[in-house]
Amino acid sequence: MENQEIQKIVESWSDKLEFSEEGSEFLNVTVPAEELHEICLKLKDTPELKFDYLFCLTGIDWGEELGVIYHLESTEYRHNIVVKVKTADRENPKIDSVNDIWRTAEFHEMEVFDFFGIRFNNHPNLKRLFLTPDWEGYPLRKDYVDEENMVIK
Amino acid sequence: MEQLTNNKIKTEEYFINMGPQHPAAHGVLRLLLTIDGEIIKNVDPDLGYIHRSIEKMCERDSYQQIVHLTDRMDYLSSHINNGAVCLAVEKALELEVTDRVKVIRTIFDELTRLASHLLWWGVMGMDLGALTTYFYAFRDREMINDIFEETCGARLTMNYYVPGGLMFDLHPNFVNRVKKFLVDIKEHLPEYDRLLTGNVIFQKRTKGIGLLSKEDAISYGVTGPVARGSGVHCDVRKTHPYHAYDRVDFEEALFTEGDTFARYKVRIKEMWESISIVEQLIDNIPEGDIKVPTKAVIKLPKGEFYQRVETARGELGVYINSTGTKNPYRLKFRSPGFSNLSVLNHISKGGKIADLVAIMASFDFVIPDIDR
Repeated sequence: MENQEIQKIVESWSDKLEFSEEGSEFLNVTVPAEELHEICLKLKDTPELKFDYLFCLTGIDWGEELGVIYHLESTEYRHNIVVKVKTADRENPKIDSVNDIWRTAEFHEMEVFDFFGIRFNNHPNLKRLFLTPDWEGYPLRKDYVDEENMVIK
Repeated sequence: MEQLTNNKIKTEEYFINMGPQHPAAHGVLRLLLTIDGEIIKNVDPDLGYIHRSIEKMCERDSYQQIVHLTDRMDYLSSHINNGAVCLAVEKALELEVTDRVKVIRTIFDELTRLASHLLWWGVMGMDLGALTTYFYAFRDREMINDIFEETCGARLTMNYYVPGGLMFDLHPNFVNRVKKFLVDIKEHLPEYDRLLTGNVIFQKRTKGIGLLSKEDAISYGVTGPVARGSGVHCDVRKTHPYHAYDRVDFEEALFTEGDTFARYKVRIKEMWESISIVEQLIDNIPEGDIKVPTKAVIKLPKGEFYQRVETARGELGVYINSTGTKNPYRLKFRSPGFSNLSVLNHISKGGKIADLVAIMASFDFVIPDIDR
């Protein structure tokens, strides 16, 4: 399915979505945090879309905001979409988990929690995956400083 | 005694550490097992023993330097990993490499896959108690490493691909040595089949073990030979061709049983396909430049770039978020090992510890690829 057709279907679900194809090979859609789970579920379950394969889940620090980027593909139709979600709360960021939609998200969300400190609601086992449980701070954030171990230019 | 005769033996669940130093993990992977007797109730991986924070390092490095970090991830697919970053940078710069580069990269990728699968085959036999396979496989892998060494000067961390092309031209002996190697390997693979594939003990330990359904494989983001053993059409070389894969004729290895033995068969078949790809290209390497000139300091345009390649373990994705400077703002490696690991608990529950060893062998984990 072409990007325009996908956009047409997704647009009808909510009026708070922002679409963009600029500077990216995929169709990007920015979703408000409170609608994320619902939109993701629809993306997977709508028969014409069937985005059943979450191939990349990236945490990102946009400076003011923290966010997560979901790269989705349909193994049947081979079309793609990129879902983005942001949260402005850097102290206690919370985003809904999508691990019940795509099971692989359970692991990837643990990684994002470990490095960005984003807490995922309804996650079955959110814990530090790579770092030790008593580690302070979230290393992939842009404002993280570790004077001993980081080479700062 | 009374307990035994009454058939009311009390059991209780307990935890046991498998790793971080365990011979079947081939690296520092710690699995926290919850077991009842010998039955596995839960597998909880604890990662990070060799985490080097490659993604953070990438944020301060130039794009040429990032290529060098990638073969520290999955060191058995180093050429392929290098290629992923090079392709992403070339895509962002809209740089078209020469045909010669594309063909040479394809040949190197397939030789890498062959070397990786050979090592896996030897190690899988070893994990299941057949030590001989290890020495046989390493004999052939050595030949590939020698060929690589002659051209790139390295045997493990290759760094042969650069954005825009290749670092050096092929060594004059390259074509002849590859042809000689192909003759040898085609003699050896059937011998290996006779040695291990038909072995009764090997079959009993792999058939029906670690069943993974097609739906679960997709949902857990499993890729590579593991997913293809469950019948998922996911070979990036077919679905999103890169290098010269669109001009060679090969078959995607697909089996539908979804057990450990199916994953074994996928890799054996892939070795034959790799041989066939190299054979198709080795006599037809086009003439041309080995590098399209790039600026000494590569700045990518503002935007997001994604490149996926098929390593020996599955789909490696490189996500680059660029703000137009000489470093990426954010770079993410979607490594095949990490996603494949996420399904381990699901398919080893209810099995025995010895089955877990067989399953892990069939997943072919490389721990630095999981940890990054």
